[in-house]
Amino acid sequence: MAATQEEIVAGLADIVNEIAGIPVEDVQLDKSFTDDLDVDSLSMVEVVVAAEERFDVKIPDEDVKNLKTVGDATAYILKNQG
Amino acid sequence: MAKIKPSKGSPYARILGVGGYRPTRVVPNEVILETIDSSDEWIRSRSGIETRHWANDEETVAAMSVEASGKAIADAGITAGQIGAVVVSTVSHFKQTPAVATEIADKLGTNKAAAFDISAGCAGFGYGLTLAKGMVVEGSAEYVLVIGVERLSDLTDLEDRATAFLFGDGAGAVVVGPSAEPAIGPTVWGSEGDKSETIKQTVPWTEYDSTGKFPAITQEGQAVFRWAVFEMAKVAKEALDAAGITADELDVFIPHQANERIIDSMVKTLKLPQSVTVARDVRTTGNTSAASIPLAMERLLATGEAKSGDTALVIGFGAGLVYAATVVTLP
Repeated sequence: MAATQEEIVAGLADIVNEIAGIPVEDVQLDKSFTDDLDVDSLSMVEVVVAAEERFDVKIPDEDVKNLKTVGDATAYILKNQG
Repeated sequence: MAKIKPSKGSPYARILGVGGYRPTRVVPNEVILETIDSSDEWIRSRSGIETRHWANDEETVAAMSVEASGKAIADAGITAGQIGAVVVSTVSHFKQTPAVATEIADKLGTNKAAAFDISAGCAGFGYGLTLAKGMVVEGSAEYVLVIGVERLSDLTDLEDRATAFLFGDGAGAVVVGPSAEPAIGPTVWGSEGDKSETIKQTVPWTEYDSTGKFPAITQEGQAVFRWAVFEMAKVAKEALDAAGITADELDVFIPHQANERIIDSMVKTLKLPQSVTVARDVRTTGNTSAASIPLAMERLLATGEAKSGDTALVIGFGAGLVYAATVVTLP
């Protein structure tokens, strides 16, 4: 069953916590991965691959650069999840 | 029909000796920061690199190779005259013909050893090792010298903040020879030419005059990182399976020293046990493409972090894209 927006944000929070050590409560829709959450460009790739597995979605390299905020990633997953 | 006599080789092959050469000039991040807007902290956090070696005019591709090879030959306990073939992997020898391998074979004092260059980017060591194993087992050479050598400082755009800090120079060599036991596992290798744009030389030599800028190596960082970590972890696992070795049986992991972040992420993805020694030569050597695996191997053995007889997984990957992974017994 497709994940809801809340479930996706919670899932991304777990992933960002695991990869960058950021507290899950800090991972909010308006937060920028690089500016607010200490997720650099390489960690972002790890976040994307983990999100692909968790939400059954494909996020090609050319789309990764457009995912600036948690909200961007959540909307992308909502739209494209399997 | 006339009957052709078959060639006679050794039942198996092994790496008998390893040697390395690192240029005398050590280049810290501070020097890189003279031409890019970055910081030592940023470079270390993105790559793990603290210093790299840059070759001077005398430290040519041939000269560095001869130094590294001399050590590998001595380590193997043979003489140069016993070398039957010399395989050189490089992308930074700027004279295509004749192959630099012939000059190296001559300077080493081999007895007219077969000698040729290959172009397989950062997978070059694994490609050369695979050829060498084939020659020893097939019988066309008893001992084969495999050299990975680069002067990547010549192909570095010092104004590109994404790559200026990455590359280094050096040579690594191994001698492959006969063995009574299997000591080089099956190679898992391949190419993905559809991804050729992700790591490449900026312009062909034929167009360099019109741009006025010497060609350099450029890459798409995120795409390369994803491929190197997640696709190459699968290849590494395949190489372990092909050799019949479990992660618990592995002593040493020597991935191509591209970037410590790639190494960290590969170790995590492969779920390698804590007991496995991981090569992190990239910190003080930078990315030396085809030279990185033998250089890292030499250093692990020299420092005692790894020992002769250890079982090591080696994997190279890079421009092509190309890759090669195999399990070896360390010399």
